[in-house]
Amino acid sequence: MATKSLLARKKLMAKAEEQLKFLSNGIFKDELPTFRQQLEKIEDFPLKPKALEILQLNLGYMCNQVCEHCHVDAGPDRKEIMTRETMQQCLEVIKTTRAHTLDLTGGAPEMNPNFRWFVEEAAKLGVKDFIVRSNLTIIRANKKYYDLPEFFKKHNVHVVSSMPHWTKGKTDKQRGSGVFDKSIKALQDLNAIGYGLPGSPLKLDLVYNPSGAFLPSNQEALEQDFKKALKEDFGIDFNSLFTITNLPISRYLDYLIASDNYEDYMYKLVEAYNPAAVKNVMCRNTLSVSWDGWLYDCDFNQMLEMKVESPVQHIKDYNEEQLQERSICVSQHCYGCTAGAGSSCQGSVV
Amino acid sequence: MADSYYDPKDLRKFPKITDWNQELGDKFFEYYGKVFEKGALSEREKSLIALAVSHVVKCPYCIDAYTQDGLQRGITKEEMMEAVHAGAAIESGATLVHATQMMKKYDKLSH
Repeated sequence: MATKSLLARKKLMAKAEEQLKFLSNGIFKDELPTFRQQLEKIEDFPLKPKALEILQLNLGYMCNQVCEHCHVDAGPDRKEIMTRETMQQCLEVIKTTRAHTLDLTGGAPEMNPNFRWFVEEAAKLGVKDFIVRSNLTIIRANKKYYDLPEFFKKHNVHVVSSMPHWTKGKTDKQRGSGVFDKSIKALQDLNAIGYGLPGSPLKLDLVYNPSGAFLPSNQEALEQDFKKALKEDFGIDFNSLFTITNLPISRYLDYLIASDNYEDYMYKLVEAYNPAAVKNVMCRNTLSVSWDGWLYDCDFNQMLEMKVESPVQHIKDYNEEQLQERSICVSQHCYGCTAGAGSSCQGSVV
Repeated sequence: MADSYYDPKDLRKFPKITDWNQELGDKFFEYYGKVFEKGALSEREKSLIALAVSHVVKCPYCIDAYTQDGLQRGITKEEMMEAVHAGAAIESGATLVHATQMMKKYDKLSH
């Protein structure tokens, strides 16, 4: 398993431009319809936003893990980190936005040196649902993070954590050796202070994404399997499981190409395309802010450097009304969000 | 024509069997879909049965399809291999149980 990002390894698929070129050629030249053509067929092109509900901030690409599937190409070698100045600009936006959910992601957002300050300030603004996407192992990575569960509880943070499987083998294969044991310990720590317990207001959700070149199955059935296995084997409780389809970008795209699975995977996504999922794709109710303050329709578009098509492109110039008038940027990676029951940072959408 | 009898890409064309007989093809796919819905058995259990049978009938398309289906459902490789052994045991048992006929015949014809 790689220990460095694609960027550090100077791989072609580290470049957004190369990824987009790859996704628009080959089978999408003459065999399969492009995502835009699918939208045109249902008269949904250009795709327009609905009312803004979720503001997702990427606090940086630095991470203590180097997961095989990571669409951010995050890792310990990534130095892109949101500054306090950009965070201040985000706080100004949070004061006035109509979005009810604030969603902090990364990398490992906790590794941003201003993370705790930002959470304290943002929590004062009365966000209805304040999510931190924690990879769990960060809580056990270093003594300075051991108190994170208490810190999350103090600020009523909704913890959303990745967990690709309830077995050690599959988890460690995707996320690195030792990740499963540390994740289990972190989940037990969170449970111990009330997170994820039945009737508790402290929410703990898990995110499942397939550990290979296949799509996720039914979210409800997988949630039941996860709950049963984690409870029986480790006494762990959690609230909901979100299934997320791996999008063919960055490290996952690199993996698909290297393992000769790219064409089959894209066929699977296109065959599973569900027009009903288009109605609820997350780019229609979400705005994504990068570590350096640029605005995107979603975290995936951020990684492909597809900035919002709007006169307002940076958090410092934020204007919600103007942003609502934009058209959403799409490419073939969008098939990942419309396959089957659909996929989003909040799980299935249909 | 391809150089081999089995081409993995042909699995994608499976729905096209209706092109040459719409009525029977539609009935088959309706039946097939219904069989794999959750019933007294879970979809997960049915997927494992399908995987075992795929090996017994030696269908490479089915093996590809139900290995993938199992992965999607979070079925582990240990569970998959046990299912295949269950199918293999029945298949080899079906061969070996015929040995009773051999033994019977042998004894009848021998002093």
